[in-house]
Amino acid sequence: MNSMSRRQVLATIGGGAALMATAAACKSSGSSAAAGGSSTGDVSFWTLVDPTNTVQQAEVTAFNASGPGKVTLSTIATAGYLDKIRTAMGSSAMPGLFFSWGGGSLGDYVKAGKLVELDPALKTHFLASPLQAGIVDGKFVGVPCRGTQPVFVFYNKKLFTAAGVQPPTTWSELTALVKTFKAKGITPFALAGSGTSSWTELMWVEYLVDRVAGPGLFQKLAAGDWSQWKDPAVLQAAEMITELISSGAFGDKFGSVNYGAGGTSTLVATGRAAMQLMGSWDYATLAGIDPAFAANDLGYVAFPSVEGGKGDIANVVGNPTNYISMTTAAARTTAADFLKSTYSDAYVQGLVKMGEIPVTTTAQQALSAASDPAYANFQFDLVSKAPAFTQSWDQALGSTLATPMLTAIQKLFNGQSSPQQFVSAVLAIQS
Amino acid sequence: MASLTGVRVERPASAVRRAAPSGGRPGVAWAVPGLLFFAVFALVPMAGVVYLSLSHWDGLSSPQFIGLRNWTRFFGDGQVVQATVITGVLMLGNIAVQAPISILLGVWSAGYQRNRAVLSAVFFLPLLLSTAATAVMWRQLLDPNFGLPAKISWLFGGNANVLGSQEGSIAALVAVTSWQFIPFHTLLYQGAARTIPKSLYEAAEIDGAGRVRAFFSITLPQLRNTMVTSTTFMVVGGLTAFDIVLLLTNGGPGTDTTTLPFQMYQTAFMTYDFGYASAIATFLLLLATGASLLLVKLTGYQRMTGTLEGM
Repeated sequence: MNSMSRRQVLATIGGGAALMATAAACKSSGSSAAAGGSSTGDVSFWTLVDPTNTVQQAEVTAFNASGPGKVTLSTIATAGYLDKIRTAMGSSAMPGLFFSWGGGSLGDYVKAGKLVELDPALKTHFLASPLQAGIVDGKFVGVPCRGTQPVFVFYNKKLFTAAGVQPPTTWSELTALVKTFKAKGITPFALAGSGTSSWTELMWVEYLVDRVAGPGLFQKLAAGDWSQWKDPAVLQAAEMITELISSGAFGDKFGSVNYGAGGTSTLVATGRAAMQLMGSWDYATLAGIDPAFAANDLGYVAFPSVEGGKGDIANVVGNPTNYISMTTAAARTTAADFLKSTYSDAYVQGLVKMGEIPVTTTAQQALSAASDPAYANFQFDLVSKAPAFTQSWDQALGSTLATPMLTAIQKLFNGQSSPQQFVSAVLAIQS
Repeated sequence: MASLTGVRVERPASAVRRAAPSGGRPGVAWAVPGLLFFAVFALVPMAGVVYLSLSHWDGLSSPQFIGLRNWTRFFGDGQVVQATVITGVLMLGNIAVQAPISILLGVWSAGYQRNRAVLSAVFFLPLLLSTAATAVMWRQLLDPNFGLPAKISWLFGGNANVLGSQEGSIAALVAVTSWQFIPFHTLLYQGAARTIPKSLYEAAEIDGAGRVRAFFSITLPQLRNTMVTSTTFMVVGGLTAFDIVLLLTNGGPGTDTTTLPFQMYQTAFMTYDFGYASAIATFLLLLATGASLLLVKLTGYQRMTGTLEGM
């Protein structure tokens, strides 16, 4: 071995020792943050990869410049996000702050004592209905952090004008429209029924149960009374769905169709389907397929009422918003201070620019800056005037219950289960 | 062979012991890194899974020992039976489609002609794509309104509702898996076919055997060991195939393509019942080990007899 290579070896060993020292230092600082008792310190914040990350990062940067505690933002891809959070929550790698869908997705963490109750004063900055899914088991653990995403009926105005009809406001109008469009060879409703898209079928169940029985039924169900599935309203909703399917409302091959561009949204944008029941994000999907269609020919209307049903037509179903929760691993003061950024003017305006409808009390003024203010105001009005905003059932129940429920719903839509079999299948999930 | 053994027996035992380390055979110490790796990354997790299958664990709190409760549930679970059958059907379907095609392609591409080399490179492409990308691409291609079934409806029949029916979904899974993995098995057979001595074919030609006869009497018997290897890959791969099911059909329609690995994933990571999922995992582990042992036993592969004896 010559002297040159020996020096290299020594340098490598030295470097290695330095690295180990750094690692040890990181570990010790990490563990002190994990203790959570310290009020100011570094907080790791996990969120989902999406276009609003730049807005979020801007808030983080501004916050870090202002005080001693630092927040580090980590963005994680949608696929596997929940798994990753779940795995981290049981371990020492638990983040201090994390993004979620609220409701049942937080239930287990609340029970396991992983979450910190938030300052009730935060509530005054947000609309009432979207706050509900951030309150789990009576504890305020999630603060709204994104736009609201109600579900409603999108329709192709051109097709409606050509047929000389109006969008539906009642169930009988809806079934009449199914006949009208079917006779013209147009699929009345685009529906994504493939194995990966059963959440789109769930939207029909959610709205029909709300319109028939009112929002109370699901509230009791989500609170733990699983026997609510026995309510005749559930069977009635399931029967309405099978009637709708046999009348050809969704065409005859929806079981292979996926949601989105190249699937249901393209069917609506190209005039092969007249309507689609979908979340507000479909606007962006449609604009991606055909900007001119989204700007000129896209109509949207609330889900119709059902004759004789108890549910108000103003009730909304969907994703109230997303939430940030604080865990016991966070440096409390730093994390609590950071949560105030969720209603800052800069953050609200940034979200609006990204096409979101924030749920802060100050949001409405900012909506004039939206790319389509009419669409933005339609959603804001829908949500702010809703007597009840039912969170998407899969998110409200948590995936333990939602996974078998979605399978049962898919079987109902595919004709593998009758309405009665559907009711017994969901009842059997928790017996 | 016999004389060699004779010599060894005649040697004094001490000589053998002394000769062993200095001889060609490496000592036991050489196997330590491999054994350690296997123990840490295979045996320990396996033991963990078996233990978890006897406990209730939601992934958050610590596991609670519940004895055989998961297993009594397992043996009364109709979904497990259905999933086992579907897993078997998919595995056999994959072998039936992939084995003949990859043998023919492999033997064909073993020729040294330039066009074969170019085409082999093209055939190899699907293997380079990730399963996730493949699945997403095929989901688009199988769309009944905008995909292949809309363009060539005679091939897909009826209303082109491929992923909406059980037969259609299973056929789609077999087709896409085959499309992706035939190149891999082709490569195995290509390599094996190239090691077959030319003299065998020359002798066959002199004896008046045609190309078909030569294929069945020389090529296939010479590929025997490769067939066992390739089939073992297909069996084990088929038993553990999960990603394509998750992304292409999500186990649907309903539970019509829910395979055992998919059911295990759903139980563990969707319904957070890690104990029951571990029971399914243990069953899969036994099934896969049993199947590959059986395969090796039945084919006499463990004797590792060469196909070139007498050459």
